[in-house]
Amino acid sequence: MGKILKMVAQRLALGLLTLFVVSLIIFLAVLLLPGDLAEAVLGQSATPETVAAFRRELKLDLPAYTRYYEWLAGFLQGDMGRSLANQRDIAELIGGRLANTLFLALFAAIISVPLALSLGVLAALYRNSLFDRTINVATLSSISFPEFFVAYILILFFAVQTGMFPGISNVGDELGLWERAYRTTLPAVTLTLVVIAHMMRMTRAALINLLASPYIEMANLKGLTRWRIIVKHALPNALAPIINVVVINLAYLVVGVVVVEVVFVYPGLGQLLVDSVSKRDVPVVQASAMIFAATYILLNLTADVLSIMTNPRLMHPK
Amino acid sequence: MGNGVALLKLLRQAPWSARFGLFVIFLYVFMAVFAPVLTPYAETEIVGAEYEPWGEEFMLGTDNLGRDMLTRLFYGARNTIGIAFITTCLAFLIGAVGGFLAAVLGGWMDQVLARIVDVVMAIPALIFALLILTVVGTSVPALILVIAVLDSTRVFRLARAVAMNIVVMDFVEVARLRGEKLWWVIRKEVLPNALPPLVAEFGLRFCFVFLFLSALSFLGLGIQPPTADWGSMVRDNATLITFGDVTPLLPAGAIALLTVGVNFVVDWFLHKTSGLRDEQ
Repeated sequence: MGKILKMVAQRLALGLLTLFVVSLIIFLAVLLLPGDLAEAVLGQSATPETVAAFRRELKLDLPAYTRYYEWLAGFLQGDMGRSLANQRDIAELIGGRLANTLFLALFAAIISVPLALSLGVLAALYRNSLFDRTINVATLSSISFPEFFVAYILILFFAVQTGMFPGISNVGDELGLWERAYRTTLPAVTLTLVVIAHMMRMTRAALINLLASPYIEMANLKGLTRWRIIVKHALPNALAPIINVVVINLAYLVVGVVVVEVVFVYPGLGQLLVDSVSKRDVPVVQASAMIFAATYILLNLTADVLSIMTNPRLMHPK
Repeated sequence: MGNGVALLKLLRQAPWSARFGLFVIFLYVFMAVFAPVLTPYAETEIVGAEYEPWGEEFMLGTDNLGRDMLTRLFYGARNTIGIAFITTCLAFLIGAVGGFLAAVLGGWMDQVLARIVDVVMAIPALIFALLILTVVGTSVPALILVIAVLDSTRVFRLARAVAMNIVVMDFVEVARLRGEKLWWVIRKEVLPNALPPLVAEFGLRFCFVFLFLSALSFLGLGIQPPTADWGSMVRDNATLITFGDVTPLLPAGAIALLTVGVNFVVDWFLHKTSGLRDEQ
Protein backbone atom coordinates (compact mmCIF):
# COMPACT_ATOMS: atom_id res chain seq x y z
CA MET A 1 0.00 0.00 0.00
CA GLY A 2 2.94 2.33 0.75
CA LYS A 3 4.06 2.28 -2.86
CA ILE A 4 0.65 3.41 -4.10
CA LEU A 5 0.52 6.26 -1.60
CA LYS A 6 3.95 7.39 -2.69
CA MET A 7 3.01 7.34 -6.37
CA VAL A 8 -0.23 9.20 -5.69
CA ALA A 9 1.58 11.81 -3.62
CA GLN A 10 4.11 12.28 -6.43
CA ARG A 11 1.35 12.86 -8.96
CA LEU A 12 -0.42 15.31 -6.68
CA ALA A 13 2.76 17.30 -6.17
CA LEU A 14 3.42 17.34 -9.90
CA GLY A 15 -0.18 18.46 -10.53
CA LEU A 16 0.14 21.35 -8.09
CA LEU A 17 3.41 22.39 -9.70
CA THR A 18 1.75 22.32 -13.13
CA LEU A 19 -1.13 24.44 -11.82
CA PHE A 20 1.35 26.98 -10.50
CA VAL A 21 3.29 27.18 -13.78
CA VAL A 22 0.04 27.45 -15.75
CA SER A 23 -1.17 30.32 -13.57
CA LEU A 24 2.17 32.01 -14.25
CA ILE A 25 1.75 31.57 -18.01
CA ILE A 26 -1.84 32.81 -18.00
CA PHE A 27 -0.85 35.88 -16.07
CA LEU A 28 2.33 36.63 -17.97
CA ALA A 29 0.79 36.11 -21.44
CA VAL A 30 -0.24 39.75 -21.29
CA LEU A 31 3.42 40.77 -21.34
CA LEU A 32 3.62 39.43 -24.91
CA LEU A 33 1.73 42.49 -25.99
CA PRO A 34 3.68 44.93 -28.12
CA GLY A 35 3.56 48.16 -26.13
CA ASP A 36 1.26 47.41 -23.23
CA LEU A 37 -2.30 46.57 -22.40
CA ALA A 38 -3.38 50.16 -21.86
CA GLU A 39 -2.38 51.24 -25.37
CA ALA A 40 -3.91 48.13 -26.95
CA VAL A 41 -7.25 48.43 -25.19
CA LEU A 42 -7.68 52.20 -25.44
CA GLY A 43 -6.52 52.31 -29.06
CA GLN A 44 -4.87 55.01 -31.14
CA SER A 45 -7.11 57.85 -30.04
CA ALA A 46 -6.24 57.68 -26.34
CA THR A 47 -4.60 60.71 -24.78
CA PRO A 48 -1.51 60.21 -22.60
CA GLU A 49 -3.59 61.11 -19.52
CA THR A 50 -6.22 58.42 -20.09
CA VAL A 51 -3.49 55.86 -20.76
CA ALA A 52 -1.76 56.81 -17.53
CA ALA A 53 -5.01 56.64 -15.56
CA PHE A 54 -5.81 53.26 -17.05
CA ARG A 55 -2.36 51.98 -16.16
CA ARG A 56 -2.77 53.10 -12.60
CA GLU A 57 -6.17 51.47 -12.34
CA LEU A 58 -4.83 48.12 -13.61
CA LYS A 59 -1.69 48.61 -11.51
CA LEU A 60 0.39 48.30 -14.66
CA ASP A 61 2.85 50.71 -13.10
CA LEU A 62 3.83 48.06 -10.55
CA PRO A 63 6.44 45.41 -11.45
CA ALA A 64 5.10 42.16 -12.95
CA TYR A 65 5.96 39.90 -10.02
CA THR A 66 4.07 42.10 -7.53
CA ARG A 67 1.04 42.09 -9.82
CA TYR A 68 1.25 38.33 -10.23
CA TYR A 69 1.41 37.78 -6.51
CA GLU A 70 -1.57 40.04 -5.86
CA TRP A 71 -3.54 38.47 -8.69
CA LEU A 72 -2.93 34.91 -7.49
CA ALA A 73 -3.60 35.74 -3.84
CA GLY A 74 -6.82 37.51 -4.83
CA PHE A 75 -7.84 34.64 -7.10
CA LEU A 76 -7.42 32.07 -4.34
CA GLN A 77 -9.61 34.16 -2.06
CA GLY A 78 -12.31 34.57 -4.69
CA ASP A 79 -11.43 38.15 -5.55
CA MET A 80 -10.70 38.20 -9.28
CA GLY A 81 -10.75 41.93 -9.89
CA ARG A 82 -13.09 43.90 -12.13
CA SER A 83 -14.05 43.55 -15.76
CA LEU A 84 -12.58 46.16 -18.11
CA ALA A 85 -15.71 46.22 -20.26
CA ASN A 86 -18.42 46.90 -17.69
CA GLN A 87 -16.57 47.36 -14.39
CA ARG A 88 -18.46 44.50 -12.79
CA ASP A 89 -16.96 42.22 -10.19
CA ILE A 90 -15.55 39.20 -12.06
CA ALA A 91 -16.29 36.67 -9.33
CA GLU A 92 -19.94 37.72 -9.46
CA LEU A 93 -19.92 37.57 -13.27
CA ILE A 94 -18.46 34.06 -13.28
CA GLY A 95 -20.24 32.43 -10.33
CA GLY A 96 -23.64 31.49 -11.82
CA ARG A 97 -22.17 30.80 -15.23
CA LEU A 98 -19.66 28.31 -13.85
CA ALA A 99 -22.52 26.41 -12.23
CA ASN A 100 -24.39 26.36 -15.55
CA THR A 101 -21.33 25.07 -17.41
CA LEU A 102 -20.72 22.33 -14.85
CA PHE A 103 -24.41 21.37 -15.04
CA LEU A 104 -24.18 21.02 -18.82
CA ALA A 105 -20.94 19.01 -18.66
CA LEU A 106 -22.34 16.75 -15.95
CA PHE A 107 -25.56 16.19 -17.88
CA ALA A 108 -23.56 15.22 -20.99
CA ALA A 109 -21.37 12.91 -18.89
CA ILE A 110 -24.40 11.12 -17.41
CA ILE A 111 -25.64 10.31 -20.91
CA SER A 112 -22.34 9.61 -22.62
CA VAL A 113 -20.32 7.51 -20.16
CA PRO A 114 -22.71 4.54 -19.73
CA LEU A 115 -23.59 4.63 -23.42
CA ALA A 116 -19.95 4.68 -24.57
CA LEU A 117 -18.92 1.91 -22.18
CA SER A 118 -21.72 -0.45 -23.17
CA LEU A 119 -21.20 0.20 -26.88
CA GLY A 120 -17.48 -0.41 -26.42
CA VAL A 121 -18.04 -3.70 -24.61
CA LEU A 122 -20.55 -4.80 -27.26
CA ALA A 123 -18.17 -3.90 -30.09
CA ALA A 124 -15.37 -5.89 -28.41
CA LEU A 125 -17.74 -8.81 -27.83
CA TYR A 126 -18.91 -8.94 -31.44
CA ARG A 127 -15.57 -7.98 -32.92
CA ASN A 128 -15.40 -7.78 -36.74
CA SER A 129 -19.14 -8.28 -37.06
CA LEU A 130 -21.30 -5.92 -39.08
CA PHE A 131 -22.25 -4.13 -35.84
CA ASP A 132 -18.59 -3.57 -34.96
CA ARG A 133 -17.69 -2.30 -38.42
CA THR A 134 -20.68 0.02 -38.59
CA ILE A 135 -19.78 1.48 -35.22
CA ASN A 136 -16.17 1.83 -36.31
CA VAL A 137 -17.05 3.88 -39.40
CA ALA A 138 -19.66 5.87 -37.49
CA THR A 139 -17.24 6.82 -34.71
CA LEU A 140 -14.42 7.64 -37.12
CA SER A 141 -16.81 10.01 -38.89
CA SER A 142 -18.20 11.60 -35.76
CA ILE A 143 -14.68 12.37 -34.52
CA SER A 144 -14.21 14.32 -37.74
CA PHE A 145 -17.33 16.46 -37.40
CA PRO A 146 -17.01 20.00 -36.12
CA GLU A 147 -19.14 20.50 -33.00
CA PHE A 148 -21.25 23.23 -34.56
CA PHE A 149 -22.17 20.94 -37.48
CA VAL A 150 -23.57 18.32 -35.09
CA ALA A 151 -25.28 21.06 -33.09
CA TYR A 152 -27.04 22.67 -36.05
CA ILE A 153 -28.19 19.33 -37.45
CA LEU A 154 -29.77 18.57 -34.08
CA ILE A 155 -31.37 22.03 -34.01
CA LEU A 156 -32.71 21.55 -37.53
CA PHE A 157 -34.35 18.21 -36.74
CA PHE A 158 -35.37 18.49 -33.09
CA ALA A 159 -36.04 22.19 -32.68
CA VAL A 160 -37.11 23.54 -36.07
CA GLN A 161 -38.79 20.63 -37.81
CA THR A 162 -40.36 18.71 -34.95
CA GLY A 163 -40.26 21.32 -32.18
CA MET A 164 -39.52 18.65 -29.56
CA PHE A 165 -36.79 20.61 -27.79
CA PRO A 166 -35.94 24.33 -27.64
CA GLY A 167 -33.12 25.40 -29.96
CA ILE A 168 -32.00 28.11 -27.56
CA SER A 169 -31.13 27.03 -24.03
CA ASN A 170 -31.96 30.11 -22.00
CA VAL A 171 -31.75 28.69 -18.50
CA GLY A 172 -32.12 30.96 -15.48
CA ASP A 173 -31.91 30.55 -11.73
CA GLU A 174 -35.68 30.31 -11.29
CA LEU A 175 -36.01 27.06 -13.28
CA GLY A 176 -36.64 23.71 -11.65
CA LEU A 177 -34.31 20.78 -12.33
CA TRP A 178 -36.58 19.13 -14.91
CA GLU A 179 -37.25 22.29 -16.89
CA ARG A 180 -33.55 23.08 -16.80
CA ALA A 181 -32.62 19.60 -18.00
CA TYR A 182 -35.27 19.79 -20.73
CA ARG A 183 -33.88 23.05 -22.07
CA THR A 184 -30.32 21.74 -21.89
CA THR A 185 -31.09 18.49 -23.73
CA LEU A 186 -29.84 19.51 -27.18
CA PRO A 187 -26.48 20.93 -26.03
CA ALA A 188 -25.95 17.88 -23.83
CA VAL A 189 -26.71 15.51 -26.70
CA THR A 190 -24.33 17.44 -28.96
CA LEU A 191 -21.52 17.08 -26.42
CA THR A 192 -22.37 13.42 -25.99
CA LEU A 193 -22.01 12.79 -29.71
CA VAL A 194 -18.68 14.59 -29.72
CA VAL A 195 -17.04 12.62 -26.89
CA ILE A 196 -18.70 9.23 -27.19
CA ALA A 197 -16.63 8.06 -30.18
CA HIS A 198 -13.28 8.41 -28.47
CA MET A 199 -14.44 6.77 -25.24
CA MET A 200 -16.04 3.88 -27.08
CA ARG A 201 -13.03 3.19 -29.28
CA MET A 202 -10.68 3.20 -26.30
CA THR A 203 -12.91 0.85 -24.33
CA ARG A 204 -13.02 -1.51 -27.28
CA ALA A 205 -9.25 -1.32 -27.88
CA ALA A 206 -8.44 -1.93 -24.21
CA LEU A 207 -10.71 -4.99 -24.07
CA ILE A 208 -9.50 -6.46 -27.36
CA ASN A 209 -5.91 -6.07 -26.23
CA LEU A 210 -6.69 -8.18 -23.19
CA LEU A 211 -8.69 -10.79 -25.06
CA ALA A 212 -5.47 -11.95 -26.71
CA SER A 213 -3.85 -12.88 -23.37
CA PRO A 214 -3.38 -16.53 -22.29
CA TYR A 215 -5.61 -16.38 -19.21
CA ILE A 216 -8.56 -15.33 -21.36
CA GLU A 217 -7.86 -18.24 -23.68
CA MET A 218 -7.86 -20.47 -20.62
CA ALA A 219 -11.28 -19.15 -19.60
CA ASN A 220 -12.43 -19.75 -23.13
CA LEU A 221 -11.21 -23.35 -23.12
CA LYS A 222 -12.89 -23.89 -19.77
CA GLY A 223 -16.12 -23.28 -21.64
CA LEU A 224 -17.23 -20.02 -20.04
CA THR A 225 -19.69 -17.87 -21.94
CA ARG A 226 -18.32 -14.88 -23.83
CA TRP A 227 -20.32 -12.48 -21.71
CA ARG A 228 -18.88 -13.93 -18.51
CA ILE A 229 -15.33 -13.81 -19.86
CA ILE A 230 -15.67 -10.15 -20.76
CA VAL A 231 -17.40 -9.00 -17.60
CA LYS A 232 -15.66 -11.17 -15.00
CA HIS A 233 -12.23 -11.76 -16.47
CA ALA A 234 -11.34 -9.02 -18.92
CA LEU A 235 -13.08 -5.95 -17.49
CA PRO A 236 -11.26 -5.76 -14.11
CA ASN A 237 -7.91 -5.61 -15.91
CA ALA A 238 -9.17 -3.15 -18.49
CA LEU A 239 -10.53 -0.86 -15.81
CA ALA A 240 -7.44 1.36 -15.53
CA PRO A 241 -7.29 2.42 -19.19
CA ILE A 242 -11.07 2.78 -19.33
CA ILE A 243 -11.29 4.99 -16.24
CA ASN A 244 -8.43 6.98 -17.65
CA VAL A 245 -10.17 7.64 -20.93
CA VAL A 246 -13.48 8.44 -19.23
CA VAL A 247 -11.94 11.08 -16.99
CA ILE A 248 -9.88 12.56 -19.82
CA ASN A 249 -13.07 12.88 -21.84
CA LEU A 250 -14.78 14.56 -18.90
CA ALA A 251 -11.91 17.04 -18.90
CA TYR A 252 -12.50 17.50 -22.59
CA LEU A 253 -16.22 18.03 -21.95
CA VAL A 254 -15.57 20.94 -19.64
CA VAL A 255 -13.52 22.64 -22.33
CA GLY A 256 -15.61 21.45 -25.28
CA VAL A 257 -18.60 23.34 -23.91
CA VAL A 258 -17.23 26.60 -25.31
CA VAL A 259 -18.43 26.13 -28.90
CA VAL A 260 -21.63 24.36 -27.89
CA GLU A 261 -22.56 27.11 -25.46
CA VAL A 262 -22.18 29.69 -28.20
CA VAL A 263 -24.39 27.73 -30.62
CA PHE A 264 -27.19 27.29 -28.09
CA VAL A 265 -26.73 30.74 -26.49
CA TYR A 266 -26.32 28.89 -23.19
CA PRO A 267 -25.36 31.26 -20.36
CA GLY A 268 -22.19 29.47 -19.31
CA LEU A 269 -18.55 30.26 -18.69
CA GLY A 270 -17.55 29.42 -22.29
CA GLN A 271 -19.84 32.04 -23.71
CA LEU A 272 -18.46 34.61 -21.27
CA LEU A 273 -14.91 33.68 -22.32
CA VAL A 274 -15.67 34.10 -26.02
CA ASP A 275 -17.44 37.43 -25.48
CA SER A 276 -14.55 38.69 -23.39
CA VAL A 277 -11.97 37.62 -25.96
CA SER A 278 -13.72 39.64 -28.68
CA LYS A 279 -13.95 42.63 -26.33
CA ARG A 280 -10.32 42.04 -25.30
CA ASP A 281 -11.43 42.16 -21.69
CA VAL A 282 -8.16 40.73 -20.37
CA PRO A 283 -8.95 40.27 -16.64
CA VAL A 284 -12.11 38.28 -17.41
CA VAL A 285 -10.27 36.16 -20.00
CA GLN A 286 -7.49 35.44 -17.51
CA ALA A 287 -9.92 34.48 -14.76
CA SER A 288 -12.03 32.19 -16.95
CA ALA A 289 -8.96 30.69 -18.63
CA MET A 290 -7.56 29.94 -15.18
CA ILE A 291 -10.79 28.22 -14.10
CA PHE A 292 -10.98 26.15 -17.29
CA ALA A 293 -7.30 25.20 -17.12
CA ALA A 294 -7.51 24.31 -13.42
CA THR A 295 -10.57 22.10 -13.96
CA TYR A 296 -8.83 20.42 -16.88
CA ILE A 297 -5.62 19.81 -14.97
CA LEU A 298 -7.41 18.56 -11.86
CA LEU A 299 -9.50 16.11 -13.89
CA ASN A 300 -6.42 14.81 -15.69
CA LEU A 301 -4.74 14.44 -12.31
CA THR A 302 -7.76 12.45 -11.10
CA ALA A 303 -7.39 10.19 -14.15
CA ASP A 304 -3.74 9.61 -13.26
CA VAL A 305 -4.45 8.83 -9.62
CA LEU A 306 -7.44 6.58 -10.38
CA SER A 307 -5.53 4.55 -12.92
CA ILE A 308 -2.78 3.96 -10.38
CA MET A 309 -5.31 2.94 -7.76
CA THR A 310 -7.20 0.49 -9.99
CA ASN A 311 -4.08 -1.24 -11.27
CA PRO A 312 -4.41 -4.82 -9.98
CA ARG A 313 -0.64 -5.32 -9.93
CA LEU A 314 -0.16 -2.38 -7.60
CA MET A 315 -3.23 -3.17 -5.50
CA HIS A 316 -2.17 -6.75 -4.75
CA PRO A 317 1.62 -6.73 -4.50
CA LYS A 318 3.28 -10.12 -4.15
CA MET B 1 7.07 4.84 -64.94
CA GLY B 2 7.37 1.81 -62.69
CA ASN B 3 6.40 4.01 -59.79
CA GLY B 4 3.21 5.08 -61.52
CA VAL B 5 2.14 1.52 -62.20
CA ALA B 6 2.79 0.52 -58.60
CA LEU B 7 0.76 3.48 -57.43
CA LEU B 8 -2.15 2.53 -59.67
CA LYS B 9 -2.02 -1.02 -58.37
CA LEU B 10 -2.01 0.25 -54.80
CA LEU B 11 -5.02 2.41 -55.54
CA ARG B 12 -6.93 -0.50 -57.03
CA GLN B 13 -6.34 -2.51 -53.87
CA ALA B 14 -7.40 0.32 -51.59
CA PRO B 15 -10.65 -0.14 -49.69
CA TRP B 16 -13.65 1.96 -50.73
CA SER B 17 -13.23 4.26 -47.74
CA ALA B 18 -9.68 5.23 -48.73
CA ARG B 19 -10.68 5.75 -52.36
CA PHE B 20 -13.56 7.92 -51.24
CA GLY B 21 -11.19 9.91 -49.03
CA LEU B 22 -8.69 10.44 -51.86
CA PHE B 23 -11.50 11.52 -54.17
CA VAL B 24 -12.71 14.09 -51.62
CA ILE B 25 -9.20 15.47 -51.10
CA PHE B 26 -8.59 15.86 -54.84
CA LEU B 27 -11.98 17.49 -55.30
CA TYR B 28 -11.25 20.04 -52.58
CA VAL B 29 -7.78 20.83 -53.89
CA PHE B 30 -9.29 21.31 -57.33
CA MET B 31 -11.93 23.64 -55.90
CA ALA B 32 -9.31 25.61 -54.00
CA VAL B 33 -6.92 26.00 -56.91
CA PHE B 34 -9.47 26.87 -59.58
CA ALA B 35 -11.88 28.90 -57.41
CA PRO B 36 -11.65 32.08 -59.56
CA VAL B 37 -12.40 30.14 -62.78
CA LEU B 38 -15.20 27.98 -61.38
CA THR B 39 -17.21 30.69 -59.66
CA PRO B 40 -19.63 33.16 -61.27
CA TYR B 41 -18.87 36.13 -58.97
CA ALA B 42 -15.98 37.65 -57.00
CA GLU B 43 -15.19 36.56 -53.42
CA THR B 44 -16.50 39.62 -51.58
CA GLU B 45 -18.82 41.04 -54.25
CA ILE B 46 -22.37 41.88 -53.15
CA VAL B 47 -24.54 40.60 -55.97
CA GLY B 48 -28.10 40.48 -54.69
CA ALA B 49 -30.47 40.95 -51.79
CA GLU B 50 -29.76 39.29 -48.41
CA TYR B 51 -30.70 35.65 -47.99
CA GLU B 52 -31.95 35.03 -51.53
CA PRO B 53 -33.31 31.49 -51.92
CA TRP B 54 -31.66 28.84 -54.12
CA GLY B 55 -32.37 29.42 -57.81
CA GLU B 56 -31.17 30.03 -61.36
CA GLU B 57 -29.16 33.16 -60.69
CA PHE B 58 -27.69 32.13 -57.32
CA MET B 59 -27.42 28.37 -57.22
CA LEU B 60 -27.17 28.17 -53.43
CA GLY B 61 -28.73 31.55 -52.69
CA THR B 62 -26.97 34.51 -51.09
CA ASP B 63 -25.62 35.10 -47.60
CA ASN B 64 -26.40 37.64 -44.88
CA LEU B 65 -24.88 40.49 -46.91
CA GLY B 66 -26.12 39.38 -50.33
CA ARG B 67 -22.95 37.66 -51.51
CA ASP B 68 -23.20 34.53 -53.63
CA MET B 69 -23.07 31.45 -51.39
CA LEU B 70 -21.58 29.10 -53.97
CA THR B 71 -18.77 31.51 -54.80
CA ARG B 72 -17.94 31.93 -51.14
CA LEU B 73 -17.95 28.19 -50.60
CA PHE B 74 -15.29 27.77 -53.29
CA TYR B 75 -13.14 30.61 -52.00
CA GLY B 76 -13.67 29.28 -48.49
CA ALA B 77 -12.00 26.03 -49.60
CA ARG B 78 -9.05 28.09 -50.73
CA ASN B 79 -8.70 30.20 -47.58
CA THR B 80 -9.56 27.71 -44.85
CA ILE B 81 -7.65 24.76 -46.30
CA GLY B 82 -4.72 26.96 -47.31
CA ILE B 83 -4.29 28.47 -43.88
CA ALA B 84 -4.79 25.11 -42.14
CA PHE B 85 -2.19 23.54 -44.43
CA ILE B 86 0.42 26.24 -43.82
CA THR B 87 -0.24 26.02 -40.08
CA THR B 88 0.19 22.24 -40.07
CA CYS B 89 3.46 22.50 -42.03
CA LEU B 90 4.79 25.06 -39.57
CA ALA B 91 3.70 22.91 -36.62
CA PHE B 92 5.57 19.97 -38.13
CA LEU B 93 8.67 22.01 -38.78
CA ILE B 94 8.79 23.20 -35.16
CA GLY B 95 7.67 19.91 -33.61
CA ALA B 96 9.79 17.56 -35.69
CA VAL B 97 13.00 19.61 -35.40
CA GLY B 98 12.44 19.94 -31.65
CA GLY B 99 11.63 16.25 -31.23
CA PHE B 100 14.64 15.08 -33.26
CA LEU B 101 16.96 17.46 -31.44
CA ALA B 102 15.68 16.21 -28.08
CA ALA B 103 16.19 12.59 -29.12
CA VAL B 104 19.60 12.99 -30.75
CA LEU B 105 21.13 15.36 -28.19
CA GLY B 106 19.45 13.90 -25.11
CA GLY B 107 20.55 15.20 -21.71
CA TRP B 108 19.44 18.63 -20.53
CA MET B 109 18.19 19.67 -23.98
CA ASP B 110 15.74 16.76 -23.93
CA GLN B 111 14.64 17.57 -20.37
CA VAL B 112 14.07 21.26 -21.02
CA LEU B 113 12.11 20.74 -24.25
CA ALA B 114 10.02 17.92 -22.80
CA ARG B 115 9.07 19.94 -19.69
CA ILE B 116 8.07 22.96 -21.78
CA VAL B 117 5.86 20.72 -23.91
CA ASP B 118 4.33 19.13 -20.80
CA VAL B 119 3.29 22.51 -19.46
CA VAL B 120 1.84 23.73 -22.76
CA MET B 121 -0.10 20.49 -23.13
CA ALA B 122 -1.49 20.80 -19.63
CA ILE B 123 -3.53 23.81 -20.74
CA PRO B 124 -6.45 22.98 -23.04
CA ALA B 125 -5.50 24.17 -26.53
CA LEU B 126 -8.67 26.17 -27.19
CA ILE B 127 -8.35 28.07 -23.92
CA PHE B 128 -4.67 28.77 -24.51
CA ALA B 129 -5.34 29.97 -28.06
CA LEU B 130 -8.17 32.25 -26.89
CA LEU B 131 -5.91 33.72 -24.22
CA ILE B 132 -3.07 34.48 -26.63
CA LEU B 133 -5.41 35.80 -29.33
CA THR B 134 -6.93 38.22 -26.80
CA VAL B 135 -3.51 39.65 -26.26
CA VAL B 136 -2.07 39.74 -29.77
CA GLY B 137 -5.35 40.20 -31.67
CA THR B 138 -6.77 38.02 -34.44
CA SER B 139 -4.75 38.49 -37.61
CA VAL B 140 -3.97 35.64 -39.99
CA PRO B 141 -0.22 35.50 -39.17
CA ALA B 142 -1.05 35.50 -35.45
CA LEU B 143 -3.56 32.68 -35.95
CA ILE B 144 -1.08 30.59 -37.92
CA LEU B 145 1.70 31.11 -35.41
CA VAL B 146 -0.41 30.47 -32.29
CA ILE B 147 -2.08 27.32 -33.61
CA ALA B 148 1.18 26.01 -35.06
CA VAL B 149 3.06 26.44 -31.78
CA LEU B 150 0.25 24.84 -29.75
CA ASP B 151 -0.05 21.95 -32.16
CA SER B 152 3.69 21.39 -32.50
CA THR B 153 3.70 19.98 -28.95
CA ARG B 154 1.93 16.85 -30.16
CA VAL B 155 4.25 16.51 -33.15
CA PHE B 156 7.19 16.94 -30.76
CA ARG B 157 6.01 14.02 -28.62
CA LEU B 158 5.63 11.71 -31.60
CA ALA B 159 8.85 12.80 -33.33
CA ARG B 160 10.80 12.39 -30.10
CA ALA B 161 9.34 8.94 -29.39
CA VAL B 162 10.02 7.71 -32.92
CA ALA B 163 13.52 9.20 -33.06
CA MET B 164 14.38 7.68 -29.65
CA ASN B 165 14.06 4.25 -31.21
CA ILE B 166 16.22 5.24 -34.16
CA VAL B 167 19.14 6.92 -32.39
CA VAL B 168 20.04 3.69 -30.58
CA MET B 169 20.55 1.88 -33.90
CA ASP B 170 24.03 0.97 -35.08
CA PHE B 171 23.96 3.04 -38.25
CA VAL B 172 23.43 6.23 -36.23
CA GLU B 173 26.33 5.27 -33.98
CA VAL B 174 28.48 4.69 -37.06
CA ALA B 175 27.53 8.04 -38.54
CA ARG B 176 28.43 9.76 -35.28
CA LEU B 177 31.78 7.97 -35.06
CA ARG B 178 32.44 8.91 -38.67
CA GLY B 179 32.26 12.48 -37.40
CA GLU B 180 29.05 13.57 -39.14
CA LYS B 181 27.51 16.80 -37.93
CA LEU B 182 24.32 16.87 -35.86
CA TRP B 183 22.23 18.30 -38.68
CA TRP B 184 23.49 15.64 -41.12
CA VAL B 185 22.58 12.85 -38.70
CA ILE B 186 19.07 14.23 -38.26
CA ARG B 187 18.49 14.74 -41.97
CA LYS B 188 20.10 11.63 -43.44
CA GLU B 189 19.73 9.01 -40.72
CA VAL B 190 16.82 9.90 -38.46
CA LEU B 191 14.36 11.63 -40.78
CA PRO B 192 14.03 8.93 -43.48
CA ASN B 193 13.35 6.27 -40.86
CA ALA B 194 10.87 8.40 -38.95
CA LEU B 195 8.89 9.43 -42.02
CA PRO B 196 5.97 6.94 -42.24
CA PRO B 197 4.50 7.61 -38.77
CA LEU B 198 5.07 11.34 -39.25
CA VAL B 199 3.23 11.33 -42.58
CA ALA B 200 0.23 9.61 -41.01
CA GLU B 201 0.37 12.06 -38.13
CA PHE B 202 0.44 14.91 -40.63
CA GLY B 203 -2.99 13.88 -41.87
CA LEU B 204 -4.41 13.69 -38.35
CA ARG B 205 -2.82 16.96 -37.28
CA PHE B 206 -4.17 18.64 -40.41
CA CYS B 207 -7.68 17.52 -39.47
CA PHE B 208 -7.21 18.81 -35.96
CA VAL B 209 -5.83 22.19 -37.10
CA PHE B 210 -8.57 22.49 -39.68
CA LEU B 211 -11.31 21.81 -37.11
CA PHE B 212 -9.61 24.09 -34.60
CA LEU B 213 -9.35 26.94 -37.08
CA SER B 214 -12.98 26.46 -38.11
CA ALA B 215 -14.09 26.48 -34.48
CA LEU B 216 -12.20 29.73 -33.85
CA SER B 217 -13.69 31.29 -36.99
CA PHE B 218 -17.11 30.09 -35.94
CA LEU B 219 -16.62 31.84 -32.61
CA GLY B 220 -15.75 34.99 -34.56
CA LEU B 221 -12.15 34.89 -33.36
CA GLY B 222 -10.48 33.27 -36.35
CA ILE B 223 -10.27 34.37 -39.97
CA GLN B 224 -11.90 37.81 -40.14
CA PRO B 225 -14.43 39.15 -42.68
CA PRO B 226 -14.68 39.85 -45.54
CA THR B 227 -12.42 36.85 -46.28
CA ALA B 228 -14.58 33.84 -47.15
CA ASP B 229 -14.12 31.06 -44.60
CA TRP B 230 -16.29 28.09 -43.77
CA GLY B 231 -16.41 28.54 -40.01
CA SER B 232 -17.50 32.16 -40.15
CA MET B 233 -19.95 31.40 -42.99
CA VAL B 234 -21.80 29.06 -40.64
CA ARG B 235 -21.83 31.72 -37.94
CA ASP B 236 -23.04 34.52 -40.24
CA ASN B 237 -25.90 32.54 -41.76
CA ALA B 238 -26.93 30.48 -38.74
CA THR B 239 -30.25 32.31 -38.38
CA LEU B 240 -31.45 30.61 -41.58
CA ILE B 241 -31.56 27.30 -39.68
CA THR B 242 -34.47 28.53 -37.60
CA PHE B 243 -36.47 28.83 -40.84
CA GLY B 244 -35.64 25.24 -41.76
CA ASP B 245 -33.14 26.30 -44.46
CA VAL B 246 -30.14 23.97 -44.74
CA THR B 247 -27.80 26.47 -46.45
CA PRO B 248 -25.69 27.19 -43.31
CA LEU B 249 -25.11 23.46 -42.98
CA LEU B 250 -23.28 23.40 -46.33
CA PRO B 251 -20.00 24.98 -45.17
CA ALA B 252 -20.18 22.97 -41.93
CA GLY B 253 -20.76 19.82 -43.97
CA ALA B 254 -17.85 20.76 -46.24
CA ILE B 255 -15.58 20.87 -43.19
CA ALA B 256 -16.89 17.53 -41.94
CA LEU B 257 -16.52 15.85 -45.35
CA LEU B 258 -12.88 16.86 -45.73
CA THR B 259 -11.89 15.68 -42.25
CA VAL B 260 -13.73 12.39 -42.77
CA GLY B 261 -11.92 11.95 -46.09
CA VAL B 262 -8.48 12.65 -44.63
CA ASN B 263 -9.20 10.33 -41.70
CA PHE B 264 -10.14 7.50 -44.05
CA VAL B 265 -6.92 7.93 -46.05
CA VAL B 266 -4.80 8.07 -42.89
CA ASP B 267 -6.48 4.93 -41.57
CA TRP B 268 -5.58 3.11 -44.76
CA PHE B 269 -2.04 4.51 -44.82
CA LEU B 270 -1.42 3.38 -41.23
CA HIS B 271 -2.73 -0.05 -42.08
CA LYS B 272 -0.44 -0.22 -45.14
CA THR B 273 2.81 1.07 -43.63
CA SER B 274 2.95 -0.59 -40.27
CA GLY B 275 -0.14 -2.63 -39.64
CA LEU B 276 -0.48 -0.27 -36.71
CA ARG B 277 -4.17 -0.56 -35.92
CA ASP B 278 -6.07 -0.84 -32.72
CA GLU B 279 -7.13 -4.45 -33.12
CA GLN B 280 -3.70 -6.03 -33.15
